[in-house]
Amino acid sequence: MTQLALVIDLNVCVGCHACVTSCKEWNTSGSAGPLYDENPYGADPTGTFFNRVQTYEIGEFPNSETLHFPKSCLHCEDPPCVPVCPTGASYKRKEDGIVLVDYDKCIGCKYCTWACPYGAREIDEKQQVMKKCTLCVDRIYDMTMDEADRKPSCVKACPTSARLFGDIHDPESVVSKAIREDGGYALMPEWGTHPANHYLPRRKTHIKIHQDELERADNPLKVDRQLPKPGKGESSMEDVSAW
Amino acid sequence: MKPAFSVIFLTTLIGAGQGLFLALFTHQSYALFGLLPMQSDAFYGYGSVLVLLLLAGGLVASFFHLGRPERAWRSATQWRTSWLSREVIALPAFMGMALLYAGLHLTGIRPEVVTLPSGLLIDLSIVIGVIATLLAFVLFICTGMIYACLRFLREWNSPLTVINYTLMGGASGFTLAALYAAVTAPTEAGFFAGWAFIITLLAFIGRFASLVRNARLKPKSTIQTAIGVKHPRITQRSMGFMGGSFNTREFFHGKTPAFLRTIKPAFLLLAFVLPMALLALGLFTPALLAIAFTLQYIGLLAERWFFFAQANHPQNLYYQTVG
Repeated sequence: MTQLALVIDLNVCVGCHACVTSCKEWNTSGSAGPLYDENPYGADPTGTFFNRVQTYEIGEFPNSETLHFPKSCLHCEDPPCVPVCPTGASYKRKEDGIVLVDYDKCIGCKYCTWACPYGAREIDEKQQVMKKCTLCVDRIYDMTMDEADRKPSCVKACPTSARLFGDIHDPESVVSKAIREDGGYALMPEWGTHPANHYLPRRKTHIKIHQDELERADNPLKVDRQLPKPGKGESSMEDVSAW
Repeated sequence: MKPAFSVIFLTTLIGAGQGLFLALFTHQSYALFGLLPMQSDAFYGYGSVLVLLLLAGGLVASFFHLGRPERAWRSATQWRTSWLSREVIALPAFMGMALLYAGLHLTGIRPEVVTLPSGLLIDLSIVIGVIATLLAFVLFICTGMIYACLRFLREWNSPLTVINYTLMGGASGFTLAALYAAVTAPTEAGFFAGWAFIITLLAFIGRFASLVRNARLKPKSTIQTAIGVKHPRITQRSMGFMGGSFNTREFFHGKTPAFLRTIKPAFLLLAFVLPMALLALGLFTPALLAIAFTLQYIGLLAERWFFFAQANHPQNLYYQTVG
């Protein structure tokens, strides 16, 4: 069984919102109709987006860290939004695990948004149907595109490669490896929704250097004692000549 | 959550309708066994017409909640998994039975179904009444479960939600039945008023219990689990946009905490305490019962508003700071 998903590396996300705009551009231009914006250039704009980048401050100044946090539908393996839908418009594809909304069946009752703890769904105020991330289902299977382009729009747009895309049920996929090796985690695990999308935590690289790695113990000059070792504060040949 | 007036009117109107039907059929059942004088067909018939009016009002209100009402018929298809779908089936089924019940009484067509060994004659209106009674309870369960089944809306995720929907619907229905009887069959008003008092008291206990429960709830989701960072001090600096979105409108009630604190004692007083006091006076004049029902219905509207406003959706953790 396949479960397509995104893995988002919070260690490299710089919060540039390129995934947000790229997502909006692709998904507002598709055959499903525009992602409606109300009053886009007015004083009080609002609109439908599939993807948002949020910013959090961890800790307190001066010991604080900024975390940029992209958030979209997590394509849960046990999606609570699907069984509550009264019309069957909300469904999870068996073949690749993508959670989708059939815009022709949705009655806009908003019950699915009550059932999603992540706030991943937004109603389209013009079409009055529920919309959400499709993992660019109209892109990833489009054989007219180059293989390199058959990825979600947000993944293609990310300048730091913070977004990985693949099948998390395939243990050898890039996403599975990233989850396994870099501590991938799910959001709000307490609800048992088993989100397919994972996040890689912020991590710092520490390296331990021992003294013998700085001073080569097997330096032949040192071993043979042919040259006197200058003291730490003394001048050496390197100070006066540049050969 | 943002209380939607369509849903507030839907749930309170059909609750009163179901309660009124239960009241009428309870009376007929008592009368069948000779415990109360059997009333005229018109009493039960026009009473059921009143039931139908309330249910139809609720049904109309529910359509205002839909973005695409013309597709509403589709919502009956997922009854295997969705309580909302089950409600969509149970409501018209109950209305159909109430219509049949009203029709049988108003036309006087009451074919005999069976005569019990004790000599008790069971006619078709009784059979239909029993089916409609069961459907009324099924509808209460469906309505309650729509909210109770959402496990992360913890204020709703409790059997008390279903119990209270049933009791509050029953309370308003029996109070309305007392008013209806005071106008059309004054001797029977005391019977309905007595039950209205008891059910209102039970509803008061149930609702108070859920308020106590909700006051003691500790949130399961925190900002830490929401973004998966283990640190005691996390502040959102930007939700990712400056203008509002569906997420900032649908899940916040938009009123001050002071307003919330005011509406709680107000609905407890209006929906439960004052109607009980009026019913306890024992003066079952139409005017007094009309006041009791009006106060109770307004109280239940406030109760339903509070029910929605109090539920704190975990998605709100992601929408704290405009920036």
